[in-house]
Amino acid sequence: MAIDTEKGKKPDYTDMEDHIETDLEQNFRVISPGRMVTKRFFKSKLSIVGLAMIIFVFLFSFVGPFIINHTWGYKETQVFKIERNADMVSTAEFKGPDGRTYDYYDRSKTLVIFKAPPSRDHWLGTDTSGFDILTRLMYGGRISLIISFIVIILETFLGIILGGLAGYFGKWVDQVIMRIVDIFACLPGLPILLILSATINSIESIPAEHRIYYLMAFLTLMGWTGVARIVRGQILMLREQEYMMAAETTGIRPLNKIFRHLVPNTMPQLIVSATLGLGGVILYESTLSYLSLGVPFPRAAWGSMIALADPSRGQEILAYYPNMWVPAGLLIVIAVLGFSFIGDGLRDAFDPRMKR
Amino acid sequence: MGLLDKFKRKKIEGIDDSTYLTLREERRISRENTKTIKEYERIRNRKNVSEEEYLTQMRDPANVVEFDNLHTYFFTDVGTVKAVNGVSFDIPQGKIVGVVGESGCGKSVTSLSLMQLVQAPTGQITQGSIRYQDEDGKCYDVTKMPRDKMLRIRGKDIAMIFQEPMTSLNPVFKVGEQMDEVILLHEEDSTDDSARERSIEMLNLVGIADVKKVYNSYPHELSGGMRQRVMIAMALLCNPRLIIADEPTTALDVTIQAQILELLRDVKEKINGSIMFITHDLGVIAEMADYVVVMYAGRIIEQGTVREIFHEPKHPYTIGLMRSKPGGHVEGDRLYSIRGQVPNPINMPNHCYFYNRCDKAMDICKRHYPAMTQFNSDHRAACFLYSDEILPEEKEDKEDGEGR
Amino acid sequence: MAIEKMDLTTTNDDILVVNNLKKYYPLSKFTIKKDPVSVRAVDDISFTIKRGTTMGLVGESGCGKTTVGRTILRLHEVTDGQVIFDGKDLAKVPRRKLRKMRPQMQMIFQDPYSSLSPRLPVGEIIGEAVKEHNIVPKSKYRSYILKVMRDCGLQPQYYYRYPHEFSGGQRQRISIARAVALNPKFIICDEPLSALDVSIQSQIINLMKDLQEQHGYTYLFISHDLSVVEYISDTIGVMYLGSMMEMGDKKKVFANPMHPYSKALLSAVPVSDPDVKMNRIVLKGDIPSPINPPSGCKFRTRCPYAMPICAEKAPVFKEYEENHKVACHLYSQD
Repeated sequence: MAIDTEKGKKPDYTDMEDHIETDLEQNFRVISPGRMVTKRFFKSKLSIVGLAMIIFVFLFSFVGPFIINHTWGYKETQVFKIERNADMVSTAEFKGPDGRTYDYYDRSKTLVIFKAPPSRDHWLGTDTSGFDILTRLMYGGRISLIISFIVIILETFLGIILGGLAGYFGKWVDQVIMRIVDIFACLPGLPILLILSATINSIESIPAEHRIYYLMAFLTLMGWTGVARIVRGQILMLREQEYMMAAETTGIRPLNKIFRHLVPNTMPQLIVSATLGLGGVILYESTLSYLSLGVPFPRAAWGSMIALADPSRGQEILAYYPNMWVPAGLLIVIAVLGFSFIGDGLRDAFDPRMKR
Repeated sequence: MGLLDKFKRKKIEGIDDSTYLTLREERRISRENTKTIKEYERIRNRKNVSEEEYLTQMRDPANVVEFDNLHTYFFTDVGTVKAVNGVSFDIPQGKIVGVVGESGCGKSVTSLSLMQLVQAPTGQITQGSIRYQDEDGKCYDVTKMPRDKMLRIRGKDIAMIFQEPMTSLNPVFKVGEQMDEVILLHEEDSTDDSARERSIEMLNLVGIADVKKVYNSYPHELSGGMRQRVMIAMALLCNPRLIIADEPTTALDVTIQAQILELLRDVKEKINGSIMFITHDLGVIAEMADYVVVMYAGRIIEQGTVREIFHEPKHPYTIGLMRSKPGGHVEGDRLYSIRGQVPNPINMPNHCYFYNRCDKAMDICKRHYPAMTQFNSDHRAACFLYSDEILPEEKEDKEDGEGR
Repeated sequence: MAIEKMDLTTTNDDILVVNNLKKYYPLSKFTIKKDPVSVRAVDDISFTIKRGTTMGLVGESGCGKTTVGRTILRLHEVTDGQVIFDGKDLAKVPRRKLRKMRPQMQMIFQDPYSSLSPRLPVGEIIGEAVKEHNIVPKSKYRSYILKVMRDCGLQPQYYYRYPHEFSGGQRQRISIARAVALNPKFIICDEPLSALDVSIQSQIINLMKDLQEQHGYTYLFISHDLSVVEYISDTIGVMYLGSMMEMGDKKKVFANPMHPYSKALLSAVPVSDPDVKMNRIVLKGDIPSPINPPSGCKFRTRCPYAMPICAEKAPVFKEYEENHKVACHLYSQD
């Protein structure tokens, strides 16, 4: 075909036979695919509930700390000593110089540093270390969400690359990658995480603050296999589409084919699986923190806050101080459920079979 | 995707030609749809509809089915799709009526309306009636009939053959079982044995050689042509008065198509029923039909006997369709083609729908929708080329005036 | 089966020479048997296409016509045989070199809905490979794409739109523009009309004819629609169950179909005239499975003229008239 000589000029298309664009061909507009998805998403009540839950958790964990910092000046690891009148404490007797026996009454005020009940200053009270529970819930949520997002992004990235290569190239590449996936998938996740975390805890050269990064790396390693499987499956399906054959006939580079044609088309599934995965990571992180293998102690985490009620440390907190562990548990439930609801809603919204 | 693109588009053309609805339009459509659909669903879901309400009188007792000013709309997210917009035609007893048209012209929706199979709640018959006459001469208005009553007619008196037989047969049951089930469902005094006998008889009728084997096989074990034969046999089980064949040969090869067409003609003679034959293929219509209905964008633009339509087509669209078929062309001749696209019947304007694609478009075509011009008792076309009367303005404006 | 020594020298007139092309799909991958059961999708087919002409390939579904097209382009690997395109045997070109040669031979696909990448805008779909192969200098890229679009009847404002905003006919135009933009010599059209409306089909046929006139493309037009093939092609090949039954000059084949299958096929086409009653040869039965094709002549199970010899020996594909080859025992007897 002759190369256009009138370079840069606006092409003259007035002579085009079809140019007589009429009101009949442009007589209606469609809904853009993005809006279609939004529309279908909001059709389901459950996904709206899920969205509300997640928005609440986000505001609570990311805006909350600022507010509480500015209004009360509370910090994550600030110890609060609560004043308490202790004016009838001692019944110790001692002999006076006059030979009579006196009772000892201590009328002074003591400062108790733990287990304050909910009050105006501390809406949810303070815990065994004298930390404000509400504040710690906020910080704990922040760390949980950050960890889960980073982990999900990393594992999706890893999964896309490996799954994409496996699905596209097939043959031995597929065999190798999928066998690795199989191996990872058959490892029991939780025990391995426990062992690894415990090992890291015992290595002294690793500072406690860095433990969290290792934790994220482990969670990523455990999670990418699911993504890789989804991507590979999708790509195997999409590879048979005629547009892939068209890409082959036009001689486009394999890498372009994978990452421009195939991967973008797996996005809906990936978004769904990532959303559903977020809840899972939060659960994992909480479990580890509960076993004090996750986020290290002075930092707050929902898991470790629930751990205060661990019966092995005595029944007292479990029985008499619900303010210490119930809110953390509730927040975990809200976060996990919220992500699940959103994920389900998104899946239905993306699924073309739902099209009406 | 969204925002960035809109800028890009403006850059290249300098005009807003977005093909997407704005949020406000979308909301308005949604709101209106919810309201309309609710109203129609309320009427549809009434209980205890008395028989008088849907008993009517046939215009001509020689007809099996009469479509009278049928309107079937789909209230979709992008607007009201007037899939069938004022369609009237008759299906006489013992004749084949061919309905031709391109995709989206409403030919399938017409037949689904007759079967009460329009996808509710988005799809609703908003106006008009479909009269059906049963063997005893009783005449029902299908559009007003309650669903449970319709069940007795559907599949028994009116049977349907679809384009893709694989999807209309259940893959997990044997062909024979599925056929028996139809009989057991519709005929009260049938037993397993009598049903089986009848099924085998019908399979014989449609020219299947190894009947026993086919009776005992699963749909996927049969070839496309064989499956279509089974579908026809299934349609015949209850002695239907009308068979609706919706593109029955489109998915088949030419040689198999020839077999199936011949079979359908034979079968029609044998059961003395009528066939409503829906297709886009003019050749098939020419071969099969007695009467032809040409549809375009939800309306009938021309109808008549098969000879009239093929020998003296009147509407420019019909003429164009005939001419754009290759075959019998002079060497090196450019093929005649109708320009433009097939319209999607949403927000149709108040003028001839074919105006923009028509070679013979006149000034008046842009202002009114043409009324049907009668050429003789059967042959009619909706085109201003043949209408000598000048239509009064106000009469037209009322009809179909809501071009959004 | 050993390939006969064919001379590789092709006249400059022939853009594509296909010699004894075979494409078998093994049914099971892991088999110890030497000759595993396989689907013979394409079984020993030879033909040539002259530069600037159109060859029509007709046949019913499952006859292997689509596979022929895809095997020629090496979208599927060749089992055996030669595909000589412009003097080079494509079946033996290494993958990497093949990719560089791709722009010369293009394909237009059947389904306009699945043949366009849903997440790329039209301009990108058409231009992606143009950029990749540096067909035009960067500065002219945009105007070049717009020109191609105009040639294919697409308006410039479609450049940034996505495929889902278009109707089937326009999508097929995009598909054609994508092929044409690479400045190919040879285009395989794999049933490009079968998914389109009647009134749109003629638009696309005209577009393809116009493009051929302007740029001298060579087409291999695969279709089941005989009337379209008759209109567009110069030569025509009739396939049945992976084999070529009849091939030759269009006029000769249509005026005087020699093979019983071609005769039946031609007579089966419905005519748009209610008064013309075709003297129709209605074939009995269905197409046999290509896994276990009938012995001898593959058509014999449905052939109205089948003879004892048809079951024993496969007929030779022979030229009985200038530019008219048939594989049938009816003519080889004497």
